Amino acid sequence: MSTPLSASVEVGGATARPRLATGFWRRALRHRSFVTGGTLSLMVLCAALLSLVWTPWSAYEIDVASKLRPPSAAHWLGTDVLGRDIVSLLLVGARSTIMVGIIAVGIGLTFGVCLGLIAAARKGWTEEIIMRMSDFTFAFPAVLSAIMLAAVFGPGMVTSIVAIGIFQIPTLVRLTRGSANAIWAREFVLAARACGKGGFRITIEHVLPNVLPILIVQSTIQFALAILAEAALSYLGLGTQPPQPSWGRMLNDAQTLLFQSPMLAVYPGAAIAIAVLGLNLFGDGLRDLLDPRLARER
Amino acid sequence: MTGSDNAPLIEVSDLGVRLNTSRGPAQAVRGVSFSLRRGETLGLVGESGCGKSVTALALMGLLPDSAVISGSIRLDGSELVGLPDANYCKLRGNRISMIFQEPMTALNPMHTIGRQVAEPLRRHTNCSAGEARKQAIALLDRVGLPDAAKRVDAYPHQFSGGQRQRVTIAMALACQPDVLIADEPTTALDVTIQGQILDLIADIVAERGMSMILISHDLGVIAENVQRMMVMYGGTVVESGATDAVFTRMGHPYTQGLFRARPRLGARKGTRLKTIAGTVPELADLPSGCTFADRCAIVEDRCRVAPPAAVDVGAGHGVRCLRTDVSMTEAVGVLGA
Repeated sequence: MSTPLSASVEVGGATARPRLATGFWRRALRHRSFVTGGTLSLMVLCAALLSLVWTPWSAYEIDVASKLRPPSAAHWLGTDVLGRDIVSLLLVGARSTIMVGIIAVGIGLTFGVCLGLIAAARKGWTEEIIMRMSDFTFAFPAVLSAIMLAAVFGPGMVTSIVAIGIFQIPTLVRLTRGSANAIWAREFVLAARACGKGGFRITIEHVLPNVLPILIVQSTIQFALAILAEAALSYLGLGTQPPQPSWGRMLNDAQTLLFQSPMLAVYPGAAIAIAVLGLNLFGDGLRDLLDPRLARER
Repeated sequence: MTGSDNAPLIEVSDLGVRLNTSRGPAQAVRGVSFSLRRGETLGLVGESGCGKSVTALALMGLLPDSAVISGSIRLDGSELVGLPDANYCKLRGNRISMIFQEPMTALNPMHTIGRQVAEPLRRHTNCSAGEARKQAIALLDRVGLPDAAKRVDAYPHQFSGGQRQRVTIAMALACQPDVLIADEPTTALDVTIQGQILDLIADIVAERGMSMILISHDLGVIAENVQRMMVMYGGTVVESGATDAVFTRMGHPYTQGLFRARPRLGARKGTRLKTIAGTVPELADLPSGCTFADRCAIVEDRCRVAPPAAVDVGAGHGVRCLRTDVSMTEAVGVLGA
């Protein structure tokens, strides 16, 4: 009786695939919102990278003589009220947008995920304290905390990054804790404990990998929110300071000329919309692609 | 291998577990005592909510923090109740391990099965990643996973329920534990697979000289797979003894009821399945006397006064009933005798 019993009964249709990554790109390229979102996000990223090496005109040089020019061969999208080239402003603006987004989401993820995982693993008072503190932070809108920080440290890019980062933390704490709690209740965590693993190892090896897809998807959305928040803060004059171009500042500059040259507001608005829409679609696609249970052919 | 062969490997005495539920504290397990020598197998049988799984989790030290455990659990003479979690972690998966009921959820969907089988090895022994992987393949091969060397890098969703249960068995066996607790290992599987999995567990237990605690609500599974059995009801052990002895002469009205309630082949069409009248008492609100009193056909007033003590009705065959004089005359469950 030591030979395996007729196991052939159980051999299902599932064939072993060496790694999940095999076929990931094949599936990804077939996913419509992933491709659309990825393309749009990539466009923004390329614009930011391009601005590091080349812009059609300088984004900082003021040439009042050629202000408010309509689109032409020299200035593809025209010039603004100070005679700066719109295309150059958009390209450099993409750079600050992405930088603010990455750093702010980075701050949010670092603190939010750690605190959320600790809250889920420790329970009791630790969880209570972390969650109530996050509720407290949640009660302050990003703009309000930015105004507060700007009042103390003076307005600027760093202040706005920190403010947006802090504003990201509670959302991520809640999301992480909620998803982690659901994972902790799963039987495979009990099985892992039955294998002799402690809370830390279970958190790192079992909980984190299982909440990671959710976090990755949420980060793309948080990134989009950060872009919106940065635009809002710059629009209010609390974010990126002149002469550093930013999409929010461009909107602010355009509003006084809304009836004279409405296109000045449309360009940065469209840029913000493309970035946010792209990131949202990208996140949506990632969510589908990162789930190993959905990793079958469609 | 410490201790002589006759010393009990696991000794549980007067184990009690109180759980904090939304309806207040519930005494999920009361006065459970048993001992298990190396190589012995013990079955725990009873209906849902009778405390079987809670007993198993108490042995594993996996009850929620809010649970209050009383009594003592000794593994090779050392006390486990009140052991700090860090020390317990060194025992779990190493000396005591557990197979769970639901193979569909007992594996982490994000890790390959090879990694999950190798994990206890990496955790408890000093073997390298390559060595652990080699051992994992050997284990998967032993539990009868076809093409183990090729499928070691596959994910749980690529396997069927029976195959996954084989993987969880491989996980539980990885460090060659002394005690294996199987909590309804076949409940979630097809009947055809059930037999294969139980045979596999029985083979490996015999081959490695492990002790096993098999939990089931299926009398048939218990009858075929363990040497001794305990029948649990309302958190207490109502009958215990050698499997043959219990099946030959059941002493407790509850055991008899369970036995009568099993479906039978060859029964006339339209015959209704016998049931035990009434429902399981709330653990949060147990009666002061015998927990089975409200459903018992031969209940007397004195049954409701205090929990009955165990009465020996045969060699090592104990029954917690005041009315064994009546119940035992009825010779329910005669197996061939």
